Amino acid sequence: MIRVALLVAGKDLRVERRSRVLLWQVVPFGVMALLLSGLALGPNQVGHSSAAPGLFYLVIVLVALLMINRSHAIEATSGTRASIATLGLDPAGVFLGKAAALAVELWLSAIVLLAGSVVVLHTALHGTLEAVPSIVVTLGAIAGAGTLYGALTSGGNAAATLLPVLSLPAFAPLLIAGERSFNSALHGGALLQWWVISVVALAVYLALGILLYGVLEES
Amino acid sequence: MASGFPLLSGVDLELAPSSLTVLVGANGAGKTSLLRLLAGLIGLSAGEGSVLGMDLATVDRRQLRRRVGWLGHEGSFYDDLTVVENLTFCAKALGRPIDELASVLERVELSARRDTAAKQLSAGQRRRLGLAWLLLRRPELWLLDEPYASLDDAGRTFFDALLGDVVERGATVVVSAHDPLRSAQLHPRTLAMAGGRIVGES
Repeated sequence: MIRVALLVAGKDLRVERRSRVLLWQVVPFGVMALLLSGLALGPNQVGHSSAAPGLFYLVIVLVALLMINRSHAIEATSGTRASIATLGLDPAGVFLGKAAALAVELWLSAIVLLAGSVVVLHTALHGTLEAVPSIVVTLGAIAGAGTLYGALTSGGNAAATLLPVLSLPAFAPLLIAGERSFNSALHGGALLQWWVISVVALAVYLALGILLYGVLEES
Repeated sequence: MASGFPLLSGVDLELAPSSLTVLVGANGAGKTSLLRLLAGLIGLSAGEGSVLGMDLATVDRRQLRRRVGWLGHEGSFYDDLTVVENLTFCAKALGRPIDELASVLERVELSARRDTAAKQLSAGQRRRLGLAWLLLRRPELWLLDEPYASLDDAGRTFFDALLGDVVERGATVVVSAHDPLRSAQLHPRTLAMAGGRIVGES
């Protein structure tokens, strides 16, 4: 399973590096969304800083939705899908590999967006750095959930629009936990309990993915 | 079944080991559906059948698919990866040594294109990459969905020679095509399909 996961993650990241969609389209989109959010809030810097964690996670979800669709579009043609299916790869390994690649892409996007949030929304650098461990875990959980929902919707006629409808309710608790822990890191408060929620969600989504990904692929 | 209509109906087919069969028919005749059924990509909703000794009604389709090779006309690999990266992925997925790649690339005459992205290959070269993928896999049953589409005469001749060789080495090959094969090298069994049925044989 781990061998297949590493193989699939390496392949997905290599495809993404070649296509440069993340670098030239998705990340600039995220930065623009963050910038526009800052402009929409007005010139009050204190207000920006308190809204920053929520805006950061809102933009991350938009970025994640684009990347989840990308992740499954790699095998979108029926020929590729059939050809890969006949390789007989362990579906649990495929899930872990796709989720890992998506997590890496989200972490890379988050680095840029966090820097943007410090510059545009004036979040404190120290507090932002303190929030990094919880952000890493929360984005890992979003990657796990997203990969699962991506498999559920991929191949459908309206995959691109169905994905947000189905996955946003699943992302909601992760966004709340992520936003609260980021806010706690910036302004003080109980950080650990929100972090634990993200860790549990990560474990649950990884377990569900390992168990269900093969069934979803077959269906 | 598709929207209540059966994709295939009344198909009675037996494939001899180490043989080449061509399914001929117009679009919607059921050729691809039959290939997908044989590949374990879709299930049997009624009737009975077995592929490579595995009962289609009860088989774990994942097990069946491991013994089958698929080549679709629209490409069966990752467009953004190079030729050698695609084949390396395939080899690693199968646990095959990477040093097999050089001989396979040579066999399909793609050595000079090893570092070219798959999306930059011509239609004929893409088909050769698909063949290289299958040569690495060495499946018992080769299922090729319209492999001759948009191939020139040289590409067809190359394809025919390779298929002949594969059959001679013991693989069973089923090919779908719009028209009967015009090959001097191959003498396949040709089945005509229409409306999800086999309507003739030659």
